[in-house]
Amino acid sequence: MKKNWLSYPYLLWMVLFVFFPLLLVFFYSITDRTGEGLRFTLAHFRRFMEPIYLKVLTRSVKLALISTVLCLMLGYPMAMILAGNHFKRKNIMIFLFVVPMWMNFLLRTYAWMTLLERKGLINTFLSWLGLNPLNLLYTEEAVVLGMVYNFLPFMVLPIYSVLSKIDKNLIEAAGDLGANQFTVFLKVIFPLSLPGVVSGITMVFMPAVTTFVISRLLGGGQFTLIGNLIEQQFLYAGDWSFGSAISMVMMIVILLSTSVITKYEKENEGGGLW
Amino acid sequence: MVKLLKRCYAALIYLFLYAPILILIIFSFNASKSRANWSGFTLNWYLELFKDRQIMKALYNTVVIALLSSVMATIIGTAAAIGIHNMKKLKKKLVMNLTYIPVVNPDIVTGLSLMLLFVFTKFPLGLFSLLLAHITFNLPYVILSVLPKLKQLDKNLYEAALDLGASPLHAYHKVILPEIMPGIITGMLLAFTLSVDDFVISFFTTGSGVSTLSIIIYSMARRGINPKINALSTLLFLTVLLLLIIVNLRTSGNGANKKRSDLKW
Repeated sequence: MKKNWLSYPYLLWMVLFVFFPLLLVFFYSITDRTGEGLRFTLAHFRRFMEPIYLKVLTRSVKLALISTVLCLMLGYPMAMILAGNHFKRKNIMIFLFVVPMWMNFLLRTYAWMTLLERKGLINTFLSWLGLNPLNLLYTEEAVVLGMVYNFLPFMVLPIYSVLSKIDKNLIEAAGDLGANQFTVFLKVIFPLSLPGVVSGITMVFMPAVTTFVISRLLGGGQFTLIGNLIEQQFLYAGDWSFGSAISMVMMIVILLSTSVITKYEKENEGGGLW
Repeated sequence: MVKLLKRCYAALIYLFLYAPILILIIFSFNASKSRANWSGFTLNWYLELFKDRQIMKALYNTVVIALLSSVMATIIGTAAAIGIHNMKKLKKKLVMNLTYIPVVNPDIVTGLSLMLLFVFTKFPLGLFSLLLAHITFNLPYVILSVLPKLKQLDKNLYEAALDLGASPLHAYHKVILPEIMPGIITGMLLAFTLSVDDFVISFFTTGSGVSTLSIIIYSMARRGINPKINALSTLLFLTVLLLLIIVNLRTSGNGANKKRSDLKW
């Protein structure tokens, strides 16, 4: 069966629209356009090392890390509950959990704007209780909240799918050998669920560190994240070389963090990129 | 006791997930533009939504691009999956790595790299560049849906068809295609929803004056709260809910009478 040629249109497409554009990003990040033409330079990377830009990078990583940890803390128990047999209508529970994920993430973020704004529902409720209204929207906490809200299912679902595949006999065996529930969790369930935790962490951290929408809508433009910086360079400042350099740095950050995380992942079938 | 605690925790998480969406829906019927108080039931925002030419145009663009890009990606992707499936190991690994790039790359990088390509080649930004971008990010998902089905395929079936006198094309049409059809349909549905849902890549690859729903929502939300968005959200949420219920019923129905649906395809 020689059918290789069937994939040639696809390969041509991917080279043209994936490989070549990434090459262009790299090319822009190391060149300068002067009057005389192109010139090789590392100035754009050096510029990113200035304190204001480094602060943006550390802030992005910090907020993404906080959100990831919160998602893990909130999501792990939820995944355990979903994987257990506590409810008669388990399928419906999982269906209900997935539905919000299919809603446009801009709308999910916008929903929080209406809740958190100065005259929003939470502040109305507070003043009804006789409390002073709070500044909720356009804060760092609001950005973290938006990330947790948007990405929580990405943490829960991988952990859930690993947990529900665990052999129940292992848990019973541990119990028969004298382990109490806590030890069973610590020594059996948690270690077995680690692949799910690992993919959950990558699936939350990646979009959280690159987002520019959540920080723009809930942070109100005061909390520039690395995504916002890239957006600004390309769409407003018109400095494509600097924008490309930041994108290169961001790709390296993601590549490093995911490769560190997945190093602990044993099963590596499918032969992914990292 | 523990059971009760678990139920409470689950209820709280569901409240956290659904409360914002429900409030969004409730306030789409609020007569006053303010969020703070309820001043009577109205369908005005829905009427205004349908009168808004910009939003209707964006809806049209969104549907057209989602349809075209998912169909194109399915055709190119299915052919590619068959080709990849028959490749030698090393070549296969190389191609799969290329396939994974748009999946693991952040959307913003995919978007801006495509924008650089279009500007660099002086390709006009607009509906057509949006379509090309959407096909690009949809392709890997079609391939990743079809490939597992090809792996499950019994090689002997195809050879048996050839032995029985079918031409290779005929055998593909009658034997291979029906077997991998569930994967193709999953891939197409996935591509369609991803295309409707996309904002970041569209935002970078569109030209002035051409919007999708996501782009409209972003630019409206940036200016502040607008009840028209609430009405739009409600309609979109109900559409998604309906589609998910249909898909779920379809797949569970398939499980029940798998034989019949296999024959049908």
